Amino acid sequence: MSKKSDKTAAAERPAKGATRSAGRNGQAERAEAKAKQANGTAPKYDLRNVSESAETLIGFYRQMLLIRRFEETTGEMYTRAKIGGYCHLNLGEEATIVGTMSALELRDYVFTNYREHGYILARGVDPKLIMAELFGKEAGVSKGRGGSMHLFDVESGFLGGYAIVGGQLPPATGAALAITYRGSDEVVLCQMGDATTNIGAFHESLNIAQLWKLPVIFLIVNNLYGMGTTVERASAVAELYRKACAYDMRSERVDGNDVLAVRDATRRAVEHARKESLPTLLEAVSYRFRGHSVVDPARYRPEEEVKHWRNLDPVMALAHGLREAGLIDEAGIKQIDDEINAIVVDAVRFADETPAPKPEELFTFDYATDVPNVDRSLPGDHTGITQDG
Amino acid sequence: MPEVTYRQALHDTLRDEMLRDENVFLMGEEIGVFEGSYKITAGLLQEFGAKRVRDAPIAEEGFVGAAIGAAMLGLRPVVEIMTINFILLAMDQIINHAAKIHYMFGGQSRVPMVIRTPGGGGQQLAATHSQNPEVWFAHTPGLKVVAPSTPADARGLLKASIRDDDPVLFLENLALYNTKGEVPEDRPDDVLPIGVADVKREGSDITIISYSRMAAVAMHVAEQLASEDGIKAEVIDLRSLRPLDRATIVDSVRKTNRAVVFEEDWRAYGIGAEVAATIQEHAFDHLDAPVRRIAAAEVPLPYAKNMELAALPTGQHLVDAVHATLDASGGVRGNGRSNGSKGQRSASRG
Ligand SMILES: Cc1ncc(C[n+]2csc(CCOP(=O)(O)OP(=O)(O)O)c2C)c(N)n1
Ligand SMILES: [Mg+2]
Repeated sequence: MSKKSDKTAAAERPAKGATRSAGRNGQAERAEAKAKQANGTAPKYDLRNVSESAETLIGFYRQMLLIRRFEETTGEMYTRAKIGGYCHLNLGEEATIVGTMSALELRDYVFTNYREHGYILARGVDPKLIMAELFGKEAGVSKGRGGSMHLFDVESGFLGGYAIVGGQLPPATGAALAITYRGSDEVVLCQMGDATTNIGAFHESLNIAQLWKLPVIFLIVNNLYGMGTTVERASAVAELYRKACAYDMRSERVDGNDVLAVRDATRRAVEHARKESLPTLLEAVSYRFRGHSVVDPARYRPEEEVKHWRNLDPVMALAHGLREAGLIDEAGIKQIDDEINAIVVDAVRFADETPAPKPEELFTFDYATDVPNVDRSLPGDHTGITQDG
Repeated sequence: MPEVTYRQALHDTLRDEMLRDENVFLMGEEIGVFEGSYKITAGLLQEFGAKRVRDAPIAEEGFVGAAIGAAMLGLRPVVEIMTINFILLAMDQIINHAAKIHYMFGGQSRVPMVIRTPGGGGQQLAATHSQNPEVWFAHTPGLKVVAPSTPADARGLLKASIRDDDPVLFLENLALYNTKGEVPEDRPDDVLPIGVADVKREGSDITIISYSRMAAVAMHVAEQLASEDGIKAEVIDLRSLRPLDRATIVDSVRKTNRAVVFEEDWRAYGIGAEVAATIQEHAFDHLDAPVRRIAAAEVPLPYAKNMELAALPTGQHLVDAVHATLDASGGVRGNGRSNGSKGQRSASRG
């Protein structure tokens, strides 16, 4: 982890009190100030003529802020080696996540890639259990067996983060097939990145979904990059939603920083899936505030570009919009901030204290149906023979 | 007991399971209207309709992955891959997904699916259409792999595979489809356990370990060895490659003190390598001779008939290996007869 070179990370702040890294506190405020300078104003989101209830809008803000703080803290915990492996953050993508997830019902299903912390949070899963998974603990959502890239929560229909690019598309398509098979009307939302539209599984799945009329929404989160490769350098068609035309599939592109626009576009796709049992390819254009993963300093991105997108920060924009529209005052914003910070502090404390899985449980989930002669020997053993003991 | 072909046993079992459980459905290329490339699914589209017998586009990764998702929601897809060679297009879904989902997500989701597919060479289908890559799957925790050699085992293991809550690779063999065998009348409980080998023939002189088509060949060879040379070979049909029933192998070798593995896959890193390693771990002191492995020559299988024959293991190879092993260990105990006259016996089928 190269903290020094991580220029973009300067704008993020760990939850207050969640960490003891005083040096990083206040950085978000500085970034906000910087953004104001660059733009002449804070990121804007005009809510003055929006008919949406204050309750809904403030609810969106709470969720987006939770993702923001959770992810900032996750990055911090990673640098403190509390979290291992690869770790990909949703910073900058909060409006896309909350917008899409709020258009679904609890009975619907969600499949995502490995950049999924925010999605499972927005499904309402306890942040403690998510952080516990990142910390590799038994109480984690995947019992400490999956980690950051493989979160799962069957209760909320969050059917997995998948870390092989494109890997989630065929199973998501099959989940939609199961829905039509049993004649019910849930829908499946299958998230992926922009670069995922170049892989075979994408094309096979879109073809099958349209051919078999399956209720699945393929959501492309176009954050402009697959690792260090821009969309234009990887895809012959840069307007990714247009790839749907090869399959005669409904498609739409939406501003991923506009939570209401994302919510409404997702609602249209959900309706298409639920009522007509047909898929949609939905592209939300957003931006990844940090590198591809926590350890990527993202030097391949022009400073101007980063600045431009930071000025569109969806969390700050929504806060600003709520204030401007008179839906909330400073005290209200502060109260939400405190509540969210407390939630994230709690999550970290819980994740820290709760026990790791027991090594004796190494084979616990090896098979769903037990059968004779499963070899459960350890690396130093001869291959296991049950009767040998 | 009625005699039926391996093909018929598979067909009837699929039908029985579809009648028993409406969550069981079939998916694959050309399985419906075309009735299956090898006609295993003949008539099933007509009987069960397109919902239960789903013709898939040529998109192995797509529809194998779709079966995974359907299984996660509680259905029991039985996927047909036209031949095992095409399964390579779906490897990511099988190895990175089907095999991982139950464990990696902390036991929250099961993947009760079956992939049926024939392997095997010997049909002059050449390098891309004659492979036996079952070890790739047998190598992978999270999968179960079965490879029946008789119609009865095919029936019992297909039932078990469909009812099992884990992903199962069900290996068939092109050359077995027309072979016949007795199959018990349908009983609700004629389910064979996965993970258990079958001692198909008892003997005291040497253990032959095999599976799928080679196990059928091994049975002919053992009969021939008994009638022509008085050699009592024990034949173990592994039936299940993962889990591997090591105890049955080891028990047998501790009794016979000699072992030959007979397999159609390539020798290097193959099923036989695992079997031989197990024997040396658990029966080292019982061995009177090194374990031999009869396996395919290490080339992409050539087309020309004589070349293909030169590359594939046959019954004669097994006959010779049995004699060589007995020679190396001082011949058959009891009658003290040593059999060194290789190549003069009639070649076994295969
Ligand atoms: C099949 C496969 N190839 C390569 C990788 C390594 N890899 C991980 S993420 C990634 C980029 C994916 O970019 P995108 O789909 O845009 O998603 P994002 O990370 O931007 O959310 C690559 C190449 C992988 N995980 N899987
Ligand atoms: Mg991307």
